[in-house]
Amino acid sequence: MMEGLAVAAGKVAFSLFVLLNFVMLLTWAERKQSALMQDRIGANRASIFGFTWLGLFHPLADALKMVSKEDFVPAGANRGLHAVAPFVALFFALISFAAIPFGDQLWIGRHPVNLQVIDLNIGLLYVFAAMSMGVYGFVLAGWASNNNFSLLGGLRAASQMISYEITIGAAVIGLVMVFGTINLQTIVHRQGELLLGFLPAWGVFYQPLGFLLFVTAAMAETKRAPFDLPEGESEIIGYFLEYSGIKFGMFLMTDFVETVVVAGLVATLFFGGWQFPYLYRDGFHLPGGGILVLSQQVVCVIQVLTFLSKLAFFCWLSLLVRWTFPRFRYDQLIRLGWQMMLPLSILNVVVTGGVLLLLHR
Amino acid sequence: MEEIVKVPKQAEKGSGLTFWQRTYVPEIVRGLKLTAAHFFGNLAVHIFHLLGLWTEHRGAATVQYPEEMRGYSSRLRSLHRLTKRADGSPRCVACMMCETICPASCIYIVAAEHPDPNIEKYPESFDIDLGKCVFCGFCVEVCPEDAIRMDTHILDFAAYSREEMIWDIHRLLNNEPRRAEGIGQIRKMK
Ligand code: SF4
Ligand code: SF4
Repeated sequence: MMEGLAVAAGKVAFSLFVLLNFVMLLTWAERKQSALMQDRIGANRASIFGFTWLGLFHPLADALKMVSKEDFVPAGANRGLHAVAPFVALFFALISFAAIPFGDQLWIGRHPVNLQVIDLNIGLLYVFAAMSMGVYGFVLAGWASNNNFSLLGGLRAASQMISYEITIGAAVIGLVMVFGTINLQTIVHRQGELLLGFLPAWGVFYQPLGFLLFVTAAMAETKRAPFDLPEGESEIIGYFLEYSGIKFGMFLMTDFVETVVVAGLVATLFFGGWQFPYLYRDGFHLPGGGILVLSQQVVCVIQVLTFLSKLAFFCWLSLLVRWTFPRFRYDQLIRLGWQMMLPLSILNVVVTGGVLLLLHR
Repeated sequence: MEEIVKVPKQAEKGSGLTFWQRTYVPEIVRGLKLTAAHFFGNLAVHIFHLLGLWTEHRGAATVQYPEEMRGYSSRLRSLHRLTKRADGSPRCVACMMCETICPASCIYIVAAEHPDPNIEKYPESFDIDLGKCVFCGFCVEVCPEDAIRMDTHILDFAAYSREEMIWDIHRLLNNEPRRAEGIGQIRKMK
């Protein structure tokens, strides 16, 4: 009992550690990567004892600034809901990471430890449910601020999230049909096999269209450019208009947490999660036939590192997209969601079903 | 005859786009390729710089002011300075020309008798209120003695109070020009 609790606490701690550090690093990467993409240098002045370390202290400075700023609540706002909204948004973003596996089973003595915070049979549904609960935070924020612009921002958030959630759901159905499960750990296990004897059986090779649709819709879920209509800080202003200090910071954090969660989800569903090509429980099985034997713990470490690298890569990709494309117009956004992506994802389901039927005959 | 231009009621919808452009995908890939090329190119340059290589090639357009400065044009009107004679005394003969022409009335000179009868006068005090100065350069143009110049290329003389913005004769005399060579050339400052 105690052991179980300790293991669970350890996994939660590890997962939150990874998630929050990724979020912190993303605020740094956002500055530095956008700077590199635009031939600039990026924030590099925050220093401790003269050390700037490529601007790595800027997230710290941000946090200090956010915490020490005035927490402003507008007159006529619903104080309770105004305070609760950022917590709702951040909470659901944080817990959605729990179902994503970051490694295979690790044997500590004779006890297998599943490297996943919660091993749910309905893992995929859980992540989607948690992510779509988050929209309540944004709608609440817009509604409780007693400001028409905030309210409009909240409405935009709601309609955008609802439109794209449908596509997200429909885009992964094809994948679920291929793997025959919605348990994320099992999905990752299934991707450890080989296609045609050499290609890792990653979801993206089964479902290229599903991958494109899922990535697009998932980026819309994170509400960052080019899908940042609910926020649009600088011109159309969004649901967090009336927020300041750390509550505002929590909304910003929510976006980054969602970015990491989406990156983890994309890696898990379409790029083999923690699977390193040709790496099995007992070591590398080279396609030529050789076996490089590794101990179980080493394999586990490689798997976790693989997952973290994939996570980092997809965070990088999402930043690349965010700093490359201009924002959609609202009608374009809704048209893209309902008239292009939804029919395409349904087509994907139908075609996948047909192919599966033919193959199983 | 005037030509009547018909203004379309509605902006024409993306008729000029090809099918692939309307699907976004190839264009998105093109855009990502461009920005990713910048990202990796600059990243490589910065890594080379960390290793001390290829430092003559800059990885960013940013000028790290105030550690680096750009060379300005020689015509630039910057902070004033008073020029000196060979013995180090000011060239200014307190003729009051600059004080008279100054459109902002921000030059305040107190004249005194110079021991040398050829020079007649010298400024006992010479204050310029830079908080009022409009940097027109008339004082430089009008000076018969080439005693005042605006060629220091110093632009960062902001201060926390109005009093500190008034530069007296000692500061004006000891204003060393801080010129970087070549317009647009970037120079490291010490
Ligand atoms: S630059 Fe113009 S305003 Fe400034 S001190 Fe000279 S004459 Fe006066
Ligand atoms: S015009 Fe020249 S010489 Fe005359 S007072 Fe001004 S600085 Fe001195």
